[in-house]
Amino acid sequence: MRRIQEAPQNGDPGKFALPSSNRCRSASIASAVASWLRPSSALLPEMVGRDWKARLWVAIALLLVLGGAGCSQSTARTDGSSGKPVVIQNIGSDTMVNLAQAWAEEYQNVEPNISVEVSGGGSGLGIAALINGTADIANSSRHIEPEEEAAVAEHSGSKPREFLVGFDALSIYVHKDNPITSISLEELHEIYAEGGKIDRWSQLGITNIPRARTDRIIRVSRQNNSGTYHYFREVVCGKKGDFKLGSLDMNGSKDVVELVSHTPGAIGYSGLGYNTRNVKMIPVSRKKGEKAVLPSIETTLDKSYPISRPMFMYTPGEPPAHVRRYIDWILSPAGQKIVELTGYIPLNLAEDKR
Amino acid sequence: MIANQPDNLKRPRMARSMTAILGERTIELLIRLCGVSAIVFVFGIFLFVLREGAPLIDKLDWSRVLFSQEWYPTSKGNVRYGVGALIVGTLSVTGLAMLFAVPFGLGAAVFVSEFSTGKVKETLKIIIEMLAAIPSIVWGFIGLTVMNRLIQEYLPAPVGLNLLNGAILLALMSVPIIVSIGEDALKAVPDSYREAAMAMGATRWQTVYRVLFPAARNGLLAAALLGVGRAIGETMAVLMATGHAVNIPRSIFDPIRTLTATIAAELGETAVGSDHYRMLFLIGVLLFSITFVVNLLADLAVRGVRKQ
Repeated sequence: MRRIQEAPQNGDPGKFALPSSNRCRSASIASAVASWLRPSSALLPEMVGRDWKARLWVAIALLLVLGGAGCSQSTARTDGSSGKPVVIQNIGSDTMVNLAQAWAEEYQNVEPNISVEVSGGGSGLGIAALINGTADIANSSRHIEPEEEAAVAEHSGSKPREFLVGFDALSIYVHKDNPITSISLEELHEIYAEGGKIDRWSQLGITNIPRARTDRIIRVSRQNNSGTYHYFREVVCGKKGDFKLGSLDMNGSKDVVELVSHTPGAIGYSGLGYNTRNVKMIPVSRKKGEKAVLPSIETTLDKSYPISRPMFMYTPGEPPAHVRRYIDWILSPAGQKIVELTGYIPLNLAEDKR
Repeated sequence: MIANQPDNLKRPRMARSMTAILGERTIELLIRLCGVSAIVFVFGIFLFVLREGAPLIDKLDWSRVLFSQEWYPTSKGNVRYGVGALIVGTLSVTGLAMLFAVPFGLGAAVFVSEFSTGKVKETLKIIIEMLAAIPSIVWGFIGLTVMNRLIQEYLPAPVGLNLLNGAILLALMSVPIIVSIGEDALKAVPDSYREAAMAMGATRWQTVYRVLFPAARNGLLAAALLGVGRAIGETMAVLMATGHAVNIPRSIFDPIRTLTATIAAELGETAVGSDHYRMLFLIGVLLFSITFVVNLLADLAVRGVRKQ
């Protein structure tokens, strides 16, 4: 399992927090680690977006745990209120990890004696955990493969159940003064993929970006363990493809949009929900010459927008009552509100528009 | 009279209770432990970092790792661990930062130590120390927002998050260290040198340039090297301000990525025990070695001062 299991604590949705025992320990060893990891810097996390806090704490915690610092992660937390807490293990998709974390945290207020432990690692890892029986719910931003389905059935005795929990569309953002009107997947491939031949805006016929200092395309991307990075790489660079080196790798979806909004020559990709007035979302076509469409709820649902996908949760067989209650809550307006708040496309919206 | 004296001296010692003696012993032991713990920590951390990375050492083609700029740790088709661009990134941002910080820091040290007196001196010292107290993430935040826009607006840079941005922040972060150590070094020069220079009719500038600088040479070198150490190890500010792009810079306006920032950005989500994870620890070893060498040089330089 890649992520340290983070205890969902009360607090804003989308914010991570480590168990407090961790915090004291890291304080005692922090000074020693400081020389190269500077944990003190993690103390002001709001400034860099929510991904940051989590990542740094996790990095520090990993260091401590593995260093034999004896930082034991207790899986079952005492709840303080009534009896033993019930733990739901929720493993999988990196793209969905923030959303899943936000759900888990909010759910603490709904049912305080159920603790949902979220960890990322990717859709494949989530489904593997389902097969091994270590996950109650697997998050996946792709459909389960037939072989995987068979493996789950073999180990758990019944076929996995699929729950559609939301949608995710990746928008292509440029500076608001950029006159570009559309872009094709092929062009994106040439811009972003290793070996691609487009480096300059003029190659796309764009020569008059106000205040851009160079003709060079400033590629904004994500750090290489982000789910968004992986998904975009798969769609744009190909299944085995890689990104061109030299892109500015931001650590959060919001950071990508921020940077693009300040940089006239930049292009970047990020979730639909991160759109602001200072950037321009450009329509994308599958092939040059075909009709380009803007990402939206409709184009995501009818699959005409090429860079979008559904998000699923899987359970091994029919879920037990407490897991079922959690998933029902996720599918309820309260849970779907969080989908919208974290920048994805909620189901209820999707159905309303249909 | 004479025979009595030892008795008088002995009595207070005898009067000390067992608890007092034990208490003192305990405190002595604790203090000793504190001192020794630093050694334990440093070596412990180094060994731990090395142990985590060690299984990968044999598997890598080191000439490719160190000189290739292809950093593709999560590739599906072709995983490559080239840290060349990251090393160049770290060295370039540190180098540029020192170009700003060393003249500025030494100038400030000379002013504080030689040209200012009384209240001005005290105020300056306090404010410079406050500069050192600003957390690095705040610097990073300034780089990401304020500097980003300023560079974008007033300099011919295509993107505001770049080498220059990171270097300015690192310079500001290492100036306090350079100033306080540089000032100590200048203060250590005996006043007789200054008096002699004055007696020879030297101006203040001549005194500084011809007498104090050569006399405090080692201390000033140590100041600069400790500034370098600070800059190399810095993570947060450079992560936020340099653009985090695997890129060998051709101008000071190009974005770069440093070794430290790579570890900070990637370690949190790598699979424990995977090659990528081990590679990040090996980068840690590399960084540790670089800062160790820099600190060792600084230490030797300071030792040179003491000998004088």
